[in-house]
Amino acid sequence: MENAVISIKNASMMFNLSRDKVMGLKEYAVKAIKRQLHFDEFWALRDVNIEIKKGEVIGVLGLNGSGKSTLLKLVAGVFKPTKGSVTVRGAVSPLLELGAGFDPEFSARENVYMNGAMFGHSPAHMNTLYKDIMDFAELWEFENVPMKNFSSGMFARLGFAVATQVEPDILIVDEILGVGDHLFMKKCEKRMSDLLSHGTTVLMVSHTIATIKSMCTRAIVLDKGKVIRTGRPEYVCRDYETGAYIG
Amino acid sequence: MEKSKKYFAGVLLLVTGMLFIIFWHYLPVEVGGQRPGNIYMLIFYNAFIAFTVAALFTAFLIAVSKRAYIAEHFAGFKRFRHLLLLMIKRDFVTRYRRSVLGVLWSLLNPLLTMLVLTMVFSTVFEFDIEYFPLYLLSGQLIFNFFSESTTLAMSSIINGASTIKKVYVPKYLFPTSRVLSSLVNLGFSLLAFMIVFFILRAPSHITMLLIPLPIIYIVVFSMGVGMFLSAMAVFFRDVSYIYGILTTLLMFMTPIFWPVAILPARVYHLIHLNPMFHFVTYFRDVALYGNVPGLWANIICIGFALAALGVGVYVKMAQQDKYILYL
Repeated sequence: MENAVISIKNASMMFNLSRDKVMGLKEYAVKAIKRQLHFDEFWALRDVNIEIKKGEVIGVLGLNGSGKSTLLKLVAGVFKPTKGSVTVRGAVSPLLELGAGFDPEFSARENVYMNGAMFGHSPAHMNTLYKDIMDFAELWEFENVPMKNFSSGMFARLGFAVATQVEPDILIVDEILGVGDHLFMKKCEKRMSDLLSHGTTVLMVSHTIATIKSMCTRAIVLDKGKVIRTGRPEYVCRDYETGAYIG
Repeated sequence: MEKSKKYFAGVLLLVTGMLFIIFWHYLPVEVGGQRPGNIYMLIFYNAFIAFTVAALFTAFLIAVSKRAYIAEHFAGFKRFRHLLLLMIKRDFVTRYRRSVLGVLWSLLNPLLTMLVLTMVFSTVFEFDIEYFPLYLLSGQLIFNFFSESTTLAMSSIINGASTIKKVYVPKYLFPTSRVLSSLVNLGFSLLAFMIVFFILRAPSHITMLLIPLPIIYIVVFSMGVGMFLSAMAVFFRDVSYIYGILTTLLMFMTPIFWPVAILPARVYHLIHLNPMFHFVTYFRDVALYGNVPGLWANIICIGFALAALGVGVYVKMAQQDKYILYL
């Protein structure tokens, strides 16, 4: 496709399990010499092919462990695919999941500027965005409080506020909308639709079927790392809920 | 593919190592010597070396990396320059958070350490060194920058895990910001050096204008070592313990508080294998003794700096996509 902003071609992502086992240099060297270095392979994604056009809102569905978050991280550039390729045109928002890129030791203010800089914005430019961000997140009271003292709702609010105010080309949302209260949810949905009218592409993961149905233009179902269905959200969601794909 | 890369890195290391050994055995290495004719000579000299460094560095990067990597390093840098600045600022602020004197410690620390060491060494050892506090301080300044910046850089990727796991940021920003924030610290140490310099009324030299040169060398060198260590530390956390011991060893092998003259002749050649010896000597030549370091001194320092940077960048490039799996 010519005008695809995100094109994922035959992307596979493999993790070596048992990596967490503490291994020192000595142990590693001994095992390497004995040729005992083998890991259990785990393919989180297998041969995923997705083309996403500008302005599309993609909802990703799937059970826990089906590879949804891995897919989002591939698009965000956090992971590099083991095989295949992921090409993204445009600036990806720094939002991934709760507390994306926030340093808990620092205040909300410092984190907002830091997050902006990760997006390529100068502190001067962030000055102009700062008021809107804090207004939206309603966190003026906690401006100078280290973020480790924030509740998960406050984290999510600030994260969402920053990610949407920096005007990204591609917004990635991983289950973040479920945390805020219903008033904030309304604000988020309004903000999302504003962004969408400006042509922002959205890739979101949600277990709330209603959200996917109301916001997305296309839904994708993942199962065991494979795309098993893509299509219009109302049909995909209906089948997903009745369990036509899985189990 | 993976294997051939590792072999290539090994061969690269071996060749650079051998080149250096050949260097010391077959070439007459004299550090220092020529005095500058006049100020124009000095400026010309300075410009010439700066140009050579720039040219070598560019050529080196083009030779070592693929085009995509260069694109990541330079095109990406423009976008992330604000982030780098903020990170440097943050490193610096974190260092003195919750201390009463704050940034003043950057100035006080070298001065107080110098006082303690001067007291100890001028009574115990009685080395015959003119302006011993300055001798000590100059060695300490360079060495501390190296050990501080590389130690901080080593843990930079591990400490940046929360960011790396969630947002795409070029990985070189982490060690680079640590080295550069240490450079700010070095600036304060230099200030301390100047203060002591004027208190002791040591004779000043025009060659002091050349002080930026050894600093550039040591920054490039530390950057390379830091990048290498930061990559290694991700995979083997043991590296940080080993490195702590290695820096202590390196400190005693560098003439910081003892004069080179006390070395027996057979060890004298060995000390040339220590990169820190060259950087420290270079700095003292321009800052204390008014010598313009000879061509060989420059080539050795540049060689060490670029070799370290080359290995560091190479290892980092080869491994950076795997960081995330180990954090």
